[in-house]
Amino acid sequence: MNTVDYAELGPPIRGPSALSGDWRRFWHLTFTIARTEFKLRFYGSALGYVWQLVRPLLMFGVLDLVYSLGKLGAIPHYPAMLLSGVVMFNFFTEATAGAVRCVVDRENFVRKIQFPRLAIPFAVILTACFNLGVNFFAVAIFTFVDGVKPRVQWLELPLILITLLIFASGAAMLLSALFVRLRDVQPIWDVVLQVMFYASLILIPIERIQAHNKPILGVSLVHLWMINPLADVMEQYRHALLGPTKVILSGKVPTRGGISAAAAIGGYPELAIPVGLVVLLLVGGFWVFNRSAPHIAENL
Amino acid sequence: MPDYRGNGRPAIRVDGVSKAFRIPEEQMHTLKERALHPLRRTGHHTFRALEDVSFDVKEGEFFGIVGRNGSGKSTLLKCLAGIYSADRGNIWIRGRMSPFIELGVGFNPDLAARDNVVLNGIMLGLSPREARARYDHVIEFAELEEFQELKLKNYSSGMHVRLAFSVAIQVDADVLLIDEVLAVGDASFQQKCFDVFNRLRDAGTTIVLVTHDMGAVTRFCHQAVLLERGEIVAHGEPEDVANHYLELNFNRDAPEHTVGAARAGNGAARIVDAWCEELDGTQPGMYLQGHELRFCARVEFVQAVEDPGLTVVFENESEVQVLVASTAIEHERTGRFGVGEEVVFSVEFTNVLAPGRYYTIVTISRLGRGLELLDRSAREMSIVVQGSASRGGVIDIPIRSSIERSPSSDRRHAEVG
Repeated sequence: MNTVDYAELGPPIRGPSALSGDWRRFWHLTFTIARTEFKLRFYGSALGYVWQLVRPLLMFGVLDLVYSLGKLGAIPHYPAMLLSGVVMFNFFTEATAGAVRCVVDRENFVRKIQFPRLAIPFAVILTACFNLGVNFFAVAIFTFVDGVKPRVQWLELPLILITLLIFASGAAMLLSALFVRLRDVQPIWDVVLQVMFYASLILIPIERIQAHNKPILGVSLVHLWMINPLADVMEQYRHALLGPTKVILSGKVPTRGGISAAAAIGGYPELAIPVGLVVLLLVGGFWVFNRSAPHIAENL
Repeated sequence: MPDYRGNGRPAIRVDGVSKAFRIPEEQMHTLKERALHPLRRTGHHTFRALEDVSFDVKEGEFFGIVGRNGSGKSTLLKCLAGIYSADRGNIWIRGRMSPFIELGVGFNPDLAARDNVVLNGIMLGLSPREARARYDHVIEFAELEEFQELKLKNYSSGMHVRLAFSVAIQVDADVLLIDEVLAVGDASFQQKCFDVFNRLRDAGTTIVLVTHDMGAVTRFCHQAVLLERGEIVAHGEPEDVANHYLELNFNRDAPEHTVGAARAGNGAARIVDAWCEELDGTQPGMYLQGHELRFCARVEFVQAVEDPGLTVVFENESEVQVLVASTAIEHERTGRFGVGEEVVFSVEFTNVLAPGRYYTIVTISRLGRGLELLDRSAREMSIVVQGSASRGGVIDIPIRSSIERSPSSDRRHAEVG
């Protein structure tokens, strides 16, 4: 039966994998699934995408009301910052919590056709990106209404959002691969997200933490706080949007603006910790997903 | 079976492919146990789905993979389709491959035909531009021009299948992998599917069909393999493979000529043994369609009997009497048989029974004043008829047919053997 030269056949087919070596197909699939998801989300609703804006706006309204009863009104542009924070965190939640179940929910694809498996979590992330885009219209309008003046540093904003995207992608890959084997991932991640919301300088601005700053095991609380990459993203965003603050780490309420992530964590060497975490999550997430991709179909 | 017209180069090569699944053993844990050992691994056992499977499929060949449920044929197809990765061995596929493992993957009920066609096309490996360009062809083939704007959830299941099938064949694959998708849809749609497959095969497409419909295998395939417990047990001509398959299916619980209880009659004679055989006296257990078949019964006479005869009724699995054979047709006067005499009665006929299992009702009776029943053994023995081409009737006899146009419309004649 082996009358034909094996060389003539070329390389043998490889089983299913994360990328299948075909970037164009990966992108086509990711984009098509994401677009369909996005289109269907408000299918049949009269107001359509307006609902996409309502959720973060409503949450923002409630939070702002509660905290305006406190003394936070003294912090400049607190409402604009709060809204951006809520919108960005909303993106992170949508991308990662949505990714947890995505491979299992798309079982009919995974078991029936061959395609780059990574397209599934990335479609979830892309859908979340679309929603983030819609929500940023509201953020932009609100920011202008709040009287924030344009600055050159705004060019930094896309980079900050990309960092957020990378962080979410790493988590999404890791979670979606782990969930196939271990269904406990979902409740665990729900709890983690809840904690993250309060730990990401959205509701509680860095000034409040600085006001209560004390060393824990010899490290300042603010520095520890900034190990969370989301906190760095939020603070750097504020720094880029409003400009630097005049008073740094003095315990007093700063006159305006934010603190750069590097300054908040105590210097550039220290900044390597949250940046390293983001990179580690991206590489680790991909590694885990890539390793489990060939067997996802049979482990479902 | 159609003739193979390809160029003989392999389009698919499967070389020593093995695949095993780890089946987790379900262990009942109490909630407390779960809490105490949250990370404890549950046990596994290994199920070998494929064991060192090798074969070649030539370009332009229609290739059948058959086997019983759980024989590993679907696993093999999924390995070919790149959905499962093989544990050992390699698979080569030349050209673009399109799996028909399930039709309409990615179809969304809330979208109209166009969106679904594009979505499904991209799933099957087309680029968005290619998928959009083929939309008109797809709709035309599916005969759904009037329903383009309708959402898929409002489609009938037949329309749904037609649309899905149309997308799948528009992919222009060099290799088609077809699972038993054709089990859905009505007979005319199935015929349409096979017409398309035949046309594609004639155009040089390699087709792999996984099925347990032996009729389809013998009608369409050039070559076939039979899988049993993950191993290839037969490889070659579709007829041989189909016969082998029937043998596997029926041999498990085939009781051969035994005569036991469940008797009737006045006891003047006793059926000692009953069996089927070929004309040369062999008893293969499977009887090929079209061959001559002899049914025999050994009878011992308890009393002296005049002019007894044998009648055997063949009943199929639906308990329909398909054939009644009797010695009384040729030999009404058989003579007188004394006490203790042993006689073998036999009837011969050409086996035109459709493939399947047949039960026999054997009667020894005497035609005198009315019918005197001497002994009767009902459904105690069965035979299996095997043949490759069941056309669906209870018998299969050689068919001659002709198609003649009425003289006013056309002068041509066609005669089909």
